[in-house]
Amino acid sequence: MQVPAPFEYQRVHSVDEAIALLDRLGDTARLVAGGHSLIPMMKLRLANFEYLIDINELHDQLGYIRVEPGLIRIGAMTRHRELLESDELAAAFPIFRDAERVIADPVVRNRGTLGGSLCQADPSEDLSAVCTTLGASCVVQGLDGERVVPMEDFHQGPYETAVGDAEMLTEVRFPVRPGGSSAYEKVERRAGDWAVVSAGAAVWLDGGSITDARVGLAAVGPNTAGIPGIADVMRGRPPGEELYARAGDIAAEACSPATDRRGSAEYKRHLARELTVRVLRRAVARAGRQEA
Amino acid sequence: MQVTMNVNGEEVSREIEGRLLLVHFLRDHLRLTGTHWGCDTSNCGTCVVWLDGEPVKSCTVLAAMAGGHEVRTVEGMEKDGELDAVQKGFVECHGLQCGFCTPGMMMTARALLDRNPDPSEQEIREAISGQICRCTGYATIVRSIRWAAAEEAGTRTTATEASAS
Repeated sequence: MQVPAPFEYQRVHSVDEAIALLDRLGDTARLVAGGHSLIPMMKLRLANFEYLIDINELHDQLGYIRVEPGLIRIGAMTRHRELLESDELAAAFPIFRDAERVIADPVVRNRGTLGGSLCQADPSEDLSAVCTTLGASCVVQGLDGERVVPMEDFHQGPYETAVGDAEMLTEVRFPVRPGGSSAYEKVERRAGDWAVVSAGAAVWLDGGSITDARVGLAAVGPNTAGIPGIADVMRGRPPGEELYARAGDIAAEACSPATDRRGSAEYKRHLARELTVRVLRRAVARAGRQEA
Repeated sequence: MQVTMNVNGEEVSREIEGRLLLVHFLRDHLRLTGTHWGCDTSNCGTCVVWLDGEPVKSCTVLAAMAGGHEVRTVEGMEKDGELDAVQKGFVECHGLQCGFCTPGMMMTARALLDRNPDPSEQEIREAISGQICRCTGYATIVRSIRWAAAEEAGTRTTATEASAS
């Protein structure tokens, strides 16, 4: 039987209450949202805490997808199923629906949250790659108010984030620019598994040429990584297979996969290249349909 | 700690450890052994119950998290001695052999039909994709759920026809 080591359970009803409790308990405490990554880690004794602070009652406050001009705000307690089913979100960023379809399974998606996924900081985690691809910013609240951390600074290594002991991720913000679209693809050993490698792409077009392109990769380094070199190569050029192939080469070169049970480093590098090509191709096709 | 929740319409209250998982609370503390305990790793789905109307894997939910909330288990499916259409479908279409995955399959199926009364085979397979059956190859489970959908829509002909389709 797998059960976590003993801990004290605490439930909070507001962000302020959570932060005050975290401030008092320090690193002996951890927030639990959906719990579908943290509880398994605690069962395996990979994570041990004296206190677990349950923030599920905050779903009413922090479970939302707000579409504003130029910006989408998603509350940290928004669950996978809500992200999957939001037509507004899929219209702005089809990458979310692509990714959510291949995250775990429908029952797990009823519990898991955006905030929990990002704070887990697993190098293979899909929504981290999505947020990296979309250039998201993370709103982190502490005792003295909130600060905004760009996605590239949010993850500081495997299972480590910029969130301090007395802080909490409350919202993720996504800039919306016209003329863009996005896509996500994952190679996994079995349906719903962690990625062997996955890639997200977001592109913006204007009058037949690319104005910006972003690619985010999961499972090929200590954290999900954006590949800025790809934007430099693609900007100002018309989209096409040759350009995607060059971007794929850059992705394969920039990543740092490790050989493990999911595959060899060489195979993962191949996937990084191929998946980059595929997601760029699909994102451009989607952006083109939007323009037409 | 003391936890109080509503299970199948009844208020229950017990003294528990914070680390107690919901599946063990249901089985060992309430003796509701209809919910099965399988892989312990949120993969197999036999422990699926409803938490506030949504199917969840109770091996990965703390009993304490369900405090103040509504839990529904397979024992709560029948009403006044009448089996739910999903349960009847599993009987009619041989939806189980060993029966180990059955409670989780039926709880997920019920939630699916409440949301989508006429699911396609593809939609059924997607809905139960977080659950593992090692006996039936899923074919008869899908048929059972289709049977239940037809039963509730009043369009069912015979079980034989449902299983032939």
